[in-house]
Amino acid sequence: MIGKVLFALTRFLVGGYPRWIGSTPTNRQRIYFANHGSHLDTIVLWFALPEALRATTHPVAARDYWGKGRLRRHIGIGVLNAILIDRTGQGPREDVLRPLHDALRDGHSLILSPEGTRAFERLPGPFKSGLYNLAAAHPQVELIPVYLENLSRAFPKGAYLPAPIACTARFGTPISVLPGEDKGAFLERARAAVSELAG
Amino acid sequence: MIHDRHFLLLVGGILAFLTVASSIGWLLARRPASESGRATVENLNARIRAWWVMVAVLAAALALGWTTTILLFGFLSFYALREFLSLTPTKPADHWPLLAAFYLFLPGQYLLIGWDWYGLFSIFIPVYGFLLLPILGVVRGDTEDFVLRMARIQWGVMLAVYCIGHAPALLLLHIPGYEGRSALLLVYLIVVVQLSDVMQYVFGKLFGRTKVAPVVSPSKTLEGLVGGVAAAVAIGTSLYWITPFTPLQAMGLSAAIAAMGFFGGLVLSAAKRSMGVKDWGSAIEGHGGVLDRLDSVCFAAPVFFHLTRYWFAL
Repeated sequence: MIGKVLFALTRFLVGGYPRWIGSTPTNRQRIYFANHGSHLDTIVLWFALPEALRATTHPVAARDYWGKGRLRRHIGIGVLNAILIDRTGQGPREDVLRPLHDALRDGHSLILSPEGTRAFERLPGPFKSGLYNLAAAHPQVELIPVYLENLSRAFPKGAYLPAPIACTARFGTPISVLPGEDKGAFLERARAAVSELAG
Repeated sequence: MIHDRHFLLLVGGILAFLTVASSIGWLLARRPASESGRATVENLNARIRAWWVMVAVLAAALALGWTTTILLFGFLSFYALREFLSLTPTKPADHWPLLAAFYLFLPGQYLLIGWDWYGLFSIFIPVYGFLLLPILGVVRGDTEDFVLRMARIQWGVMLAVYCIGHAPALLLLHIPGYEGRSALLLVYLIVVVQLSDVMQYVFGKLFGRTKVAPVVSPSKTLEGLVGGVAAAVAIGTSLYWITPFTPLQAMGLSAAIAAMGFFGGLVLSAAKRSMGVKDWGSAIEGHGGVLDRLDSVCFAAPVFFHLTRYWFAL
């Protein structure tokens, strides 16, 4: 019920329609990685995917935001199927990524925001290494760059209500870690793939 | 409304017109043509198909009554405002004025139409909106491009809410001897202004040679303008019997509607160009966005409303 209301509200207020530019929606195992401008990112990208793909796709979301409060927790886990991770930096890094490795091993797909924090800039900032670690450990997974347009305008940092600004999710051409490519070069290439979709 | 003989006649006339248009489109599509000719015919047929839907939606809303009609225009204003502000580079510091535009001024203006409160309807946005939007915009303390940013939001609200709102506001007019039929004035406005657009397009495609605004809108031609306005005035005059006007008055008013409609298209074309786009959106197949279809209504509705109110209403 909450899922249906959330879907209707998303379409009515911000649209959030998908543009499949360099790839098509298939049930291949994938990691979708996108720029991060707003807490709405997760919701918009989730609803941009066809319903059939959503059951096996998990947004990776920050526990300190999506884990707070009953409604938000219910939306995060119950509706969006999210995997909550700790980004506060306590404990070893492997522990943070472990649930993501588990999901990929089970054949599921992930939605990632490799920037970590929200930015207002049009183009994404430097990517964190999690995307590289996951991609290197699961080479069979397709990596799809996604550019989310206008989300930081519709729901900027510190806002309580989204403004109805039309948003779109642009899906690009898959990339993969090249043989012998180091972490820095790959992350830069991944970031460029998202920036390219900004047009 | 649905039982009004004039309304039914008008709807019948429009359906006959669309049937003729669809038949011509079907014939054109079967004729061998060049690559660009085919694209033009395809776009023409997409436009005609969209017209069937638009006519059906408006006729259904009118048949269901005033509330539905006002609601329909409220949604049109919403989508037009969203299209306008989405293309406008707003900043996070504009969030409060944006929220006020969508959640306060848009529903507020349509509630005032529904309540038939003309006094506040006419000043709500030009006075209170004009002042409150920059007040809300200044709280974040961001002064970069402040005038430009506030002006864009004010423009958006004025065009998409205030100006478009004058079309359903025609329902409020109390004209002696014309009680309970003011919805026909709304139909009259829409028919004249949209027919002017359509006939400008048709005459432009058939005979267009001389560009009237080569920089702002290269597709607008003098031949299209003259032919389209003349056709709109002819139809507007011959429809005098559904209005409270004499044939001569109907002629003058439809000329005002067609002229303002032309300038609305021209001004919003310049606005689109300044934002670097060709269409306001993609909501209506073949036409572009809601604002692409309503640009002429934006400029024609307030003028038609006030001319009619000043000379004919109580």
